[in-house]
Amino acid sequence: MAKILMKGNEAIGEGAVRAGCRYFFGYPITPQSELPHYLAKRMPQVGGVYLQAESEVATINMVYGAAGAGARVMTSSSGPGISLMQEGISYVVGAELPCVIVNMMRGGPGLGNIAPAQSDYFQATRGGGHGDYRMIVLAPASVQEIIDLMQDAFDLADRYRNPVMLAGDGVLGQMMEPVELGEEKEVRIPPRPWAATGRTGGEKHLINSLYIVPEDLEKHNIRLAAKFAAMEKEEQRWEDYLAADAELVLVAFGTAARVCKAVVDRCRREGKAVGLIRPLTLWPFPVKAFQPLLATAAHFLTVEMSMGQMVEDVRLATRECRPVYFYGRCGGMLPVAGDVYAAVQKILAGGEAK
Amino acid sequence: MMQKVFTRPRTLKDVPTHYCPGCTHGIVHRLVAEAIDELNVFDRTIGVAPVGCSVFAYNYFDCDMYEASHGRAPAVATGIKRVLPDRVVFTYQGDGDLAAIGTGEVVHAAARGEKITVIFINNAIYAMTGGQMAPTTLIGQKTTTTPYGRDRELNGSPVKICEMLGVLDGAAYIARVSVHNPANVVKAKKAIKRAFEVQMAGHGFTLVEVLSACPTNWGLAPDEALRWLADNMVPYYPLGEYKAPEEI
Amino acid sequence: MFQAILIAGFGGQGVLSTGQLLAYAGMLEGRHVAWIPSYGPEMRGGTANCGVTIADRPISSPVVSEPTTLIAMNRPSLEKFEPDVQPGGLILVNSSLIDIKARRTDVRVEYIKANELAEEIGNSKVANNIILGALLEITGVVSIDAVEESLRKVLPAHHHDLIPVNRRALELGRELMREKGTEKR
Ligand SMILES: Cc1ncc(C[n+]2csc(CCOP(=O)(O)OP(=O)(O)O)c2C)c(N)n1
Ligand code: SF4
Ligand SMILES: [Mg+2]
Repeated sequence: MAKILMKGNEAIGEGAVRAGCRYFFGYPITPQSELPHYLAKRMPQVGGVYLQAESEVATINMVYGAAGAGARVMTSSSGPGISLMQEGISYVVGAELPCVIVNMMRGGPGLGNIAPAQSDYFQATRGGGHGDYRMIVLAPASVQEIIDLMQDAFDLADRYRNPVMLAGDGVLGQMMEPVELGEEKEVRIPPRPWAATGRTGGEKHLINSLYIVPEDLEKHNIRLAAKFAAMEKEEQRWEDYLAADAELVLVAFGTAARVCKAVVDRCRREGKAVGLIRPLTLWPFPVKAFQPLLATAAHFLTVEMSMGQMVEDVRLATRECRPVYFYGRCGGMLPVAGDVYAAVQKILAGGEAK
Repeated sequence: MMQKVFTRPRTLKDVPTHYCPGCTHGIVHRLVAEAIDELNVFDRTIGVAPVGCSVFAYNYFDCDMYEASHGRAPAVATGIKRVLPDRVVFTYQGDGDLAAIGTGEVVHAAARGEKITVIFINNAIYAMTGGQMAPTTLIGQKTTTTPYGRDRELNGSPVKICEMLGVLDGAAYIARVSVHNPANVVKAKKAIKRAFEVQMAGHGFTLVEVLSACPTNWGLAPDEALRWLADNMVPYYPLGEYKAPEEI
Repeated sequence: MFQAILIAGFGGQGVLSTGQLLAYAGMLEGRHVAWIPSYGPEMRGGTANCGVTIADRPISSPVVSEPTTLIAMNRPSLEKFEPDVQPGGLILVNSSLIDIKARRTDVRVEYIKANELAEEIGNSKVANNIILGALLEITGVVSIDAVEESLRKVLPAHHHDLIPVNRRALELGRELMREKGTEKR
């Protein structure tokens, strides 16, 4: 099929529709607005619902209701709105509801700005809401990858009855790139025997996260933890770009990883053994990717659009037996290939990165 | 002797604004500033502006200012006023801000009778974020999230804030004005000043809703936008005082 | 090949769609392409710009911070972005709307009275494509045929009657540069 040019935000929308999502609840915020704009047009064409809520507190609770009612459902926002959703996300996990939440990250804290950033990594991977919970966080790095990942996002949500977050940034959302949409496949949405859709003669279903008796909640927590452990075992994803024989391994995701790839290419042209690990799942963090590298790599350099968040996971994954350096730009600034290259040079020459 | 008949209010800074040509945010800034000047309270006035096209109002008003999160300005203003009861406190909020995400805050500030003044800019759109439907968007109005026009079945009906808040006991002064022509600008100015006076007299919560134009997101030329406001918004959102104390 | 083109002007000048057209043509020629607009409240002042990257290797960052070519459609854009152009790069100035000269001496600068020329060929809306034609001639970034093909793809069918005048605009831009004895770089 022919390629078309598509914006990242629109690709999320089209990918969701193709994955069988028919319900979207949203609230305007830059830099993700083209997604609701797209779905406001597209959903009615496929018999779906696009509804604008009065706030992100409302959207995530609309998602809770729709997911409980058995729908494939999604919402989307950016930093401040995702912060408002945290309570709701915690309830969605507690009630074991599948859904997809998109965060097109922008600069923070507070109102920050609307330029691209990756500084919601902690919030996404550590559970920004309360209670003991985890969720899979996917981090695409191109518009094509967004399209490819949307189906997986919904499927993973269903497999684990847990929310899945798609974490992008302003650049990914705003940029247009060629994509191949492929044939529209028939979507099989797994049955949801647990959904509360009215008894209609059957047994009673309850969508709930309250376990007032501590013994019961502990059991629930242990069961959830078993799910999270299964995700950690089964769902780690990453791209290994020339890392196997690299003396220095860059670690970056999303837009930052694109810049790092250019740095790897330049280094390789110059005969320097530099590679890249690009986590595709921020949680579960791809610890497995690092195990073989501990025998081969001498240094790791984490590059992020923040003051350093994922770098903590890299330190854990390398068990600190190799030095892990950090290079970051933040506040909406992007790392520039030349600067990352300079940091690499310095480390290879025995110095330190910024 | 030459007499100056038109000057910049003390409360406004002498800086160019970022507003689009034909935007009425600038007019309303001026009216608020004039009211503050005339009441001679510049030095003890504190403004709160949350997000929206007027998010940079803190660069234009020369009094002390707070930037608040989306919708929460009335709560921030409550905090300020409870600590500093002798100050004059106002918020400057858009319709997305006040009538959607911030409905809870404004209703309860009014219910508590918080002695603050809310300047409420109703331009029937989320302007800052690119022209999405606001709670105040009219039925049939096309926006980036109502590409087929606002549909009552899907989106419900536009929210009438003055009518809603006017029934609360804590509300002392509630008025709706417009700025689509000079006569209405004069009335708007009176209402805004009145609201501040009622706040200062300690009667309770005050709010002035200003019907405003957003030529950019309405896709109209500035003059067309003012006409559209007069022809479409004014009939749906009747102007006038919805609540006012008999005397101050 | 690596071309990072920044197109900047007022909103409503078709800056964003011109950029998309260029990106589309690059895609049809099998290149890696990326397009990214400026976004957010900076639009309030009425300015618009977009970056287009066309390359024969994967594009790292789509943000064009150091353009190889700047297309300036109004004066503020020229003033703002001129310093960012890479040494040895190119600045195309729409001199119908810009009455100042570029100050850089280490880049090539061409002044094109695009609006007048567009009027002359009978459609004021094709000014951008005259400049685009000049860009194609100087840089060879994509072919005129690919741009025409892209127009066929991006324009709705009922506007296809505009394709010939757009083609003429592209060719006019090309000729203007040819007359100057341009060598392709
Ligand atoms: C929690 C949160 N959600 C969304 C936004 C994005 N946002 C910024 S301004 C705005 C609303 C603008 O509309 P309005 O209040 O009507 O003001 P106007 O721009 O029309 O003057 C929104 C939704 C935000 N800053 N915070
Ligand atoms: S977008 Fe609308 S509300 Fe915002 S500054 Fe422009 S005209 Fe005013
Ligand atoms: Mg508004």
